Amino acid sequence: MTSPTPIRGTMIGTTDLRRTFKTRGGSVEAVAGVDLHVEAGEIFGFLGPNGAGKTTTLRMLATLITPTAGEATVAGADLRRQPQLVRQRIGYVPQGGSTDPAETGRGELVLQGRLYGMTKGAAEARAAEVLATLDLEAAADRGTGTYSGGMRRRLDVGLGIVHQPQVLFLDEPTTGLDPQARARMWQEIERLRELGTTVFLTTHYLEEADALCDRLAIIDLGRIVAEGTSDQLKQRVAGDVVTIGVDGAAASVLSLVESLPFVREASHDAEGGLVRLYVDRGETAVPHLLRSLDAAGLAPTSIALNKPSLDDVFLRQTGRSLREEAA
Amino acid sequence: MTANAAIVDEALTAIERTPRMRALRDTWLIFRRSVVLTIRQPVWILFGIMYPVLYLVLFGPLLDKAVGQAGGGVSAYNWFVPGLLIQVALFGSAFVGFGLIAELRYGVVERMRVTPMSRFAMLLGRSLRDVFLLVLQAVLMIALAIPFGLHLNLAGVVVTLGLMALIGLVMAPLSYSAALALKSEDAFAPLVQGIVMPLLLLSGILLPMALAPDWLRFLSSINPLTHAVDAARALFNGDWGNPEIALGVGLTTALAIGAVWIASRAFSRANA
Ligand SMILES: Nc1ncnc2c1ncn2[C@@H]1O[C@H](COP(=O)(O)OP(=O)(O)O)[C@@H](O)[C@H]1O
Ligand SMILES: [Mg+2]
Repeated sequence: MTSPTPIRGTMIGTTDLRRTFKTRGGSVEAVAGVDLHVEAGEIFGFLGPNGAGKTTTLRMLATLITPTAGEATVAGADLRRQPQLVRQRIGYVPQGGSTDPAETGRGELVLQGRLYGMTKGAAEARAAEVLATLDLEAAADRGTGTYSGGMRRRLDVGLGIVHQPQVLFLDEPTTGLDPQARARMWQEIERLRELGTTVFLTTHYLEEADALCDRLAIIDLGRIVAEGTSDQLKQRVAGDVVTIGVDGAAASVLSLVESLPFVREASHDAEGGLVRLYVDRGETAVPHLLRSLDAAGLAPTSIALNKPSLDDVFLRQTGRSLREEAA
Repeated sequence: MTANAAIVDEALTAIERTPRMRALRDTWLIFRRSVVLTIRQPVWILFGIMYPVLYLVLFGPLLDKAVGQAGGGVSAYNWFVPGLLIQVALFGSAFVGFGLIAELRYGVVERMRVTPMSRFAMLLGRSLRDVFLLVLQAVLMIALAIPFGLHLNLAGVVVTLGLMALIGLVMAPLSYSAALALKSEDAFAPLVQGIVMPLLLLSGILLPMALAPDWLRFLSSINPLTHAVDAARALFNGDWGNPEIALGVGLTTALAIGAVWIASRAFSRANA
């Protein structure tokens, strides 16, 4: 396989991209003004809870639905004016799969190649190459209905890269996969980046965004609430996170810790069982905290000190926990 | 721009220079895939072959005498078989939307819509598969009916097969359009049943409309399928002077053009 030289510069750029759906109950603004910038050659992650607008954004960028408003450039082509050029240059792997259970893996790949304009011979050669890369040779001539979830998902990715696109959109590539198949998929995605393909993936798994993506955007209710590398985002939360189990006394604990000078920010969860606070230096703050709580006659049931995670970033921006929503 | 992108763009300009060639090629690709995938399903073989046999063996003898008087013509089977063939054409095409709904659910349609392939080919490739399979079924049925006493007028049979293909090109595209719009079997099934049953009952396929009261005969006369059935019967009897032939074929052709036009719009709409 001739690996394409990576292209420098912007691979995807959007300005105020919007999409409204009309439904019987009124209209839903699924994507409410998204500005994105994805560099060529990076793995860009779109992290957000279910219903945040990830799929809708991807379907717009892949020419499947037209934006209600806004502009976008994908792989050097204008989304509105040159959709056919966009289609030629991108690959798209839909969220729920993309294969017919009665067709073989090889059959799907050869057809896909031909739909991208390859001759029969070229499509067959490329199908064999993709099957080998994705370790699907043994199952190549079986119906995809007999594949495991991980195999089917790898084949979906194969279908997206048959024509060696400049950018590959992956909508929740690992949702529903067991940990082993997920690790396998991460490897494939990293290999794509090594070959120079830009990858734009969506996920609602924090670990996936953290481990796999060079840069990410957090999306909630159709809007981007934070963007940057995982480390940049976490630094923005600043300092360490202390979580105190309070067993009902959330309000009094909260008002106490808010009065402490070294606490930057504090909040309690919806059930009132946990108080969360952000401090500059956790290891010195915890003893202070314990003493102050003790002096006020408040006994914590637990106390934990953590480095901020992407969930803290999400929590800070939206007031909700992504981990809880995903569960 | 990189070498890779340049190659892709070159391919694209070649394609855009000849969009007709592209549509033709893509139609062939979709046709072939659809035929293979359909025939691979044992269910199709079962219904495709059992259905004509059952009608001929279990229903034909019943009509043999009854129809002899009212229908006229060379033999009861020359009245009965052409009607059955039109029914095969109707059933073989009206329900094809179910298959498209399954493909929508598998994500196959969305995957194809992201490629630069011709949208028209998505429709035409599948519709031609339906036409091909129903003509295959018809040939089988005709062959089976010969021992029962069907007299063959070869030219008439060939034109009837063409008429069946046209019916396929009316019903399959409409069925696909409905499937694209409704996207669920639960909504699609009652709609198709609600259209196919009256069409069938009012067409005189099962019993001669000569037996019907005036109001029923009027309703029957405004059903395009009635004229297709009458045309097929005239063709099977070699009754070339019968005006129903031109009427049936002409009407069906006009409807096929309309149906393909409507459906190709549904397939090329951006947000389907
Ligand atoms: N075709 C549609 N018609 C109506 N509403 C839709 C449609 N597609 C998505 N939505 C709505 O838009 C919002 C965003 O959905 P989606 O983009 O699928 O979110 P995500 O992929 O982040 O889970 C949701 O509220 C969803 O119900
Ligand atoms: Mg989604």
